[in-house]
Amino acid sequence: MTDAAHLRRRTEELLAAHPPATTDRLDFLRARFDAGLAWVHFPQGLGGLGVPRSLQAVVDAELAAAGAPDNDPRRIGIGLGMAAPTILQYGTEEQKSRLLRPLWTGEEVWCQLFSEPGAGSDLAALGTRAVRDGEDWVVNGQKVWTSSAHLARWAILIARTDPDLPKHKGITYFLCDMTDPGVEVRPLRQITGEAEFNEVFLTDVRIPDAMRLGEVGDGWRVAQTTLNNERVAIGGTAVPREGGMIGKIAATWRERPDLRTHDLHQRLLGLWVEAEVARLTGVRLRQQLVAGQPGPEGAGMKLNFARLNQEISGLEVELLGEQGLLYDDWTMRRPELVDFTGRDAGYRYLRSKGNSIEGGTSEVLLNIVAERVLGLPAEPRTDKDVAWKDLAR
Amino acid sequence: MSAQPDLLYSEEEEALRAAVRDLLTDHCDPAGVIARTESDTPHDLPLWKTLADSMGLAGLLVPESLGGQGATHREAAVVLEELGRAVAPVPYLTSAVVATEALLACGADDLLTELASATTVAALAVGLHVSPEGAVPHVRLENGALRGELTGIADAAVADVLLVPADDGGLYAVRTADAAVTVTPQVSLDLTRSVARVRLDGAAGPRLGDAGPAVRRALRSGAGLLASEQLGLADWLLTETVRYLKERKQFNRQVGGFQALKHRLARLWLEVAGLRAAARNAADALVTGADTDVAVAVAQAYAAHVAVRAAEEALQLHGGIGMTWEHPVHLYLKRAKADSIAYGTPGAHREALAEAVDLRAP
Repeated sequence: MTDAAHLRRRTEELLAAHPPATTDRLDFLRARFDAGLAWVHFPQGLGGLGVPRSLQAVVDAELAAAGAPDNDPRRIGIGLGMAAPTILQYGTEEQKSRLLRPLWTGEEVWCQLFSEPGAGSDLAALGTRAVRDGEDWVVNGQKVWTSSAHLARWAILIARTDPDLPKHKGITYFLCDMTDPGVEVRPLRQITGEAEFNEVFLTDVRIPDAMRLGEVGDGWRVAQTTLNNERVAIGGTAVPREGGMIGKIAATWRERPDLRTHDLHQRLLGLWVEAEVARLTGVRLRQQLVAGQPGPEGAGMKLNFARLNQEISGLEVELLGEQGLLYDDWTMRRPELVDFTGRDAGYRYLRSKGNSIEGGTSEVLLNIVAERVLGLPAEPRTDKDVAWKDLAR
Repeated sequence: MSAQPDLLYSEEEEALRAAVRDLLTDHCDPAGVIARTESDTPHDLPLWKTLADSMGLAGLLVPESLGGQGATHREAAVVLEELGRAVAPVPYLTSAVVATEALLACGADDLLTELASATTVAALAVGLHVSPEGAVPHVRLENGALRGELTGIADAAVADVLLVPADDGGLYAVRTADAAVTVTPQVSLDLTRSVARVRLDGAAGPRLGDAGPAVRRALRSGAGLLASEQLGLADWLLTETVRYLKERKQFNRQVGGFQALKHRLARLWLEVAGLRAAARNAADALVTGADTDVAVAVAQAYAAHVAVRAAEEALQLHGGIGMTWEHPVHLYLKRAKADSIAYGTPGAHREALAEAVDLRAP
């Protein structure tokens, strides 16, 4: 039997044993995980069957057709997209069997404790300290830009375990229990008025050594798995033509002939073309991945996405004229999801300013393209052989 | 739009690319192209014959039953990428794509056979600047003879046959050997694809069919596949500039290590990656017939800016050497700028798009 046919049969068996209409949502998700149909490329026993990732579509299509509940992937994106692949690659058997199932079902939300006020683009300069104390590590420091921290049960955390080594070498990766009394989460209000993110203060947080991920001092390498997956998650989703922000402004243009000017028309068409080309670039990138020839285009997708979101939403506010003078709501709220299309143009304009900062600034990404894709010389590295404690700050 | 376009290159397409590139490496070096632009024969007809004889490129789009290769726009696009990379002065786009499409629309089998064998070069006698939706100038038909003047006809200087729209709505095939036909080269911005003035003083030739649909089809294919030529230009310019900036040293370091320049090149790379997707999409849409007008308009609305900017960036980043006649970057700048007008400007294609996707003007 082919893998696809086998998966289809297993999916039918799952549906027969746990009819979605009469099964509790969480019970169904747990059963799906245990049947190896959660993420089929994961190993058996960890929600998968060890078959190619591309076959997930077979399972998803069957389940969607049967009206089965999903695990609300947008709500648990950090867990699915960043924590899970890192735990799978570096975790102990105990960590994998304890953590991956509730991560996938969404029972336990994850957040990411990486960025710090003093370590943004230069993440490896981070200063949160972890000091060994018996079987535990004691962690002190401050993290920032942490989405979902107020909902999270667990965090992926990188901290400095040896300040006498150069910055990349003294970092260790931990899985942090967010219910520890030393963890304090404060909302961080943004220019949009809401607080999507948090500041997280860590004061004498105790993490058992069993919750270290990878070797002591190997945290930077472990974190690369997480960060590579983050950029895929931010720039790599499939969209139809006029998906995303260009669809909103196109709809306004069609509905409001009174707003049209020749200048706005030319700029709209220019951005429409660029958005369509960016979409096609993404289609091509995915076709390359499916064909097993990953292209370097992925490095540039997020650059496109950030610039176009900013330019399109900026034009949209201008197009709206008098209505562009208004804002829908400045109330301080804590959204669970970032919804670019559910709110007004002013919100999109302000929120998209973050797109060229979060997940790697556009300037850093341009360096990455120039160095890794074009092979141009790297930036001078004056900090490479200097102990972290002696760096300028 | 249910089926996804195939935006990759097949193994056969990559093999075709490698063969064309090898041949151009041997027969079309930049110094030779520059020297030829100032000779009496700016077109490289020996190279054209080699491409036709050894690879059948003259008849790539002609059905096998008529002596051609029976290939598709996808393969023609790959050939154009390579010809663009070399700014090769051969009448491929004009004869083997645009004129061939007009002849296919008219079912002019005999001429197609002639073109496929490369014994004949044809040119559509429509100014290179005309877009697929644009107004098409024509000559007068008087007592069975054609009279009038047409300008901006690309590669007419090497054409044996001109496909001429006349005021009766027909498309006529006229031999340039006819004494009533005068072709006068115009001093052209693009040194490697020059345009010419065509004068007909009572020329005669068979009526091939209706000019309207044939010209539209020809110009649409020309516009769609021109994007692949523009991709070839931009790809060469980026590659060559990156190579040069790794080699060139000032201030005791490689110039390509300065972040101001790295970022410019990274942005250009991103645009070239976009153009590759758009150009493949246009070529694929010309084959499948799905969403073709939008795919061609998107590619042409995007491509000109990328190719021209690649040339302008290459010139600036080469410094003084980029400004010399000796360095080939000017050939690419001139071609890229002329290409931004060929088969309609980006603005003309945006206008077409405004209709096609319902984003109407005020």
